[in-house]
Amino acid sequence: MGTRLTRRVAMSSVLPAPNPADLERIYRTLRLIRRVEEEIARIYPTDKIKSPVHLSIGQEAVSVGICDVLRSDDAVSPTYRGHAAFLAKGGSVRAMMAELYGKATGITGGKGGSMHLIDMSHNLIGTSAVVGTTIPVALGFALAFKRAQTDRVVVTFFGDGATEEGVFAESLNFASLHKLPVLFVCENNYYAIHTPITKRWATQRLCERVDTYGIPAYQIDNGDVIALRALAADVIARVRRGAGPIFLECRTYRWREHVGPNEDFDAGYRPRTEFVPWLENDQVERIGTMLAQQCRKEIDAGVEQEIADAVEFAESSPFPEIETLYTDVYTDQ
Amino acid sequence: MSIPTSNERLLTYVDALREGVAQEMRRDPSVFLFGLDTDDHKAIQGSTRGLVEEFGPERVFGTPLSEDAMTGVAIGAAMAGMRPIHVHIRMDFLMLAMNQLINIAAKSRYMYGGQVKVPMVVRSMIGKSWGQGAQHSQGLHAMFMHVPGLKVVAPSNAYDAKGCLITAIRDDNPVIFVEHRLLYFTKAYVPEEPFEIQFGQSRICTRGDDITIVGISNMVIESLRARELLSENGIEAEVIDPVSLTPLDTDTIVKSVRRTGKLLVVDNGWTSCGASAEIAACVAEHAWNGEPVQIRRMGFAPTTCPTTPPLEQAFYPDPVKIAQTAYVMVRPNAAPWRPDPERAKLTYQMKFRGPF
Repeated sequence: MGTRLTRRVAMSSVLPAPNPADLERIYRTLRLIRRVEEEIARIYPTDKIKSPVHLSIGQEAVSVGICDVLRSDDAVSPTYRGHAAFLAKGGSVRAMMAELYGKATGITGGKGGSMHLIDMSHNLIGTSAVVGTTIPVALGFALAFKRAQTDRVVVTFFGDGATEEGVFAESLNFASLHKLPVLFVCENNYYAIHTPITKRWATQRLCERVDTYGIPAYQIDNGDVIALRALAADVIARVRRGAGPIFLECRTYRWREHVGPNEDFDAGYRPRTEFVPWLENDQVERIGTMLAQQCRKEIDAGVEQEIADAVEFAESSPFPEIETLYTDVYTDQ
Repeated sequence: MSIPTSNERLLTYVDALREGVAQEMRRDPSVFLFGLDTDDHKAIQGSTRGLVEEFGPERVFGTPLSEDAMTGVAIGAAMAGMRPIHVHIRMDFLMLAMNQLINIAAKSRYMYGGQVKVPMVVRSMIGKSWGQGAQHSQGLHAMFMHVPGLKVVAPSNAYDAKGCLITAIRDDNPVIFVEHRLLYFTKAYVPEEPFEIQFGQSRICTRGDDITIVGISNMVIESLRARELLSENGIEAEVIDPVSLTPLDTDTIVKSVRRTGKLLVVDNGWTSCGASAEIAACVAEHAWNGEPVQIRRMGFAPTTCPTTPPLEQAFYPDPVKIAQTAYVMVRPNAAPWRPDPERAKLTYQMKFRGPF
């Protein structure tokens, strides 16, 4: 279900269900992200990956539900917890894995690591390790798209923590003032690093706050990838038609620690009981069960093959030449 | 690199800025200009006057007081293929944009593996006089010189203002463009057609064998007046204007110091970790040819800028202080000398009247 402020809309009853091809594609992307990150977690203790990783495990549905209805020429601005959006928008598993290994074949040649993923060939705007900083940059792309009189749309992902930064409010205002083609997507996983939202927000009325900027705001609170995808299709079409920015608050849950490969329910800042309903509502498993068993098996096998290939690619790739330390400091270098 | 002195129009610094932007906007539709108050009746002291009328509100527009987000918007638009010019009426306000400038603009080309470029210009103005005070008069260019990925340019005259602005707009990197309020109504000969000033090339303003004086921003003007005072005492100073601070042409300065044996750097900013410190260090590292080199720095007093005129005067270097410092360096054993303060007054300083 999605809600616009206090108005609740039963999304699944008013929007058409995805067809089998859609379901297979959605499942494949969900599964790919989940398994890539589980593989990263598996490899991590070997210390071959020399990059802090903020895993999206548990949050895949937000990226997948939204990116699935975008055009290839639409732009996406992920966060530093960005593997999910990177892969959902079509970023290469090989180039991402090689980047985590710090190899020359990585998406930024070993210059950026997990927190600075980018792929301009897929209109994936670069990610940032400083919370909230990507939001206005995404607006700059939207401004350029609008000035060029295209109907391209920009999606900017950010977490609940980013909504506390001043730049978030500045960006909402500017996007609304200029009717920019932007979809704001807040992945609200209830924690900024380890601090719960209840210690950070005076009220939980994020959508109401956003609405006062003249931006329609919707909340999806159950992580349902199909409902989210349907809502995304609707709001992206409106943004594309020139309606101005729209805001989605997608409640979700981070299954692993803030940074690193492990679970951290024993750390004391959040109880495992809080996690259980999200685990039971796992969208990867849920969509998987909607597929025929054979179909799911084939998809899973394809995913495993792609990941094995990417890991092999990363491991066998060379480290960058030392001379590249000095390249790309300036554009004319 | 010389400034043309004949067969050209005399143009003020402010008109040179405006002309440079207008010509680039006519030439390249991807150029746009925005910033708080850029489209109002005062038009950033006249430097953006007429632009919105000629190019329309899509390419010239005012903004909310949101320097942080607006800088991000400029960066994103630049990555998406446009060439934004983001205008700040005070350099102090750049502090509100530091996160975007340092963490995103400077680093994007590098941390994104060369996949993007950020061709943007950040125009900012240093204020002085009439009680501008603590937060309206800072020369903060050194902060930007510290960070790889940014270019920093501080034109001291109308000719450089136009040429450097055109170069900055055409540059594929983020350029911090440092203007000075008191220079706005100074005049120089400026060609009508668009032209570029190559960054990373210091200009020798006057030749001299006794001492090298490097002036930054408006301190070039003050150093040139100091040079006149020194000249009357038989001391010939070589005054050098670096023009661009990043990239910084230290070769020209080093060559000069090898000849004069004396370097005085006069900055329109604090000396601690400042542009003057960088220039002095470069010279100390590279100028040694067996002969000792004397180095001195001048800049803002190590205090916050006060508002009352007597304290403010004490805060800044001026032609008298510069000339006296240089005099002692050249003639350490001579009797103390104080130039006539009346003769040291600068027209641009006397002409300036508030309110801002």
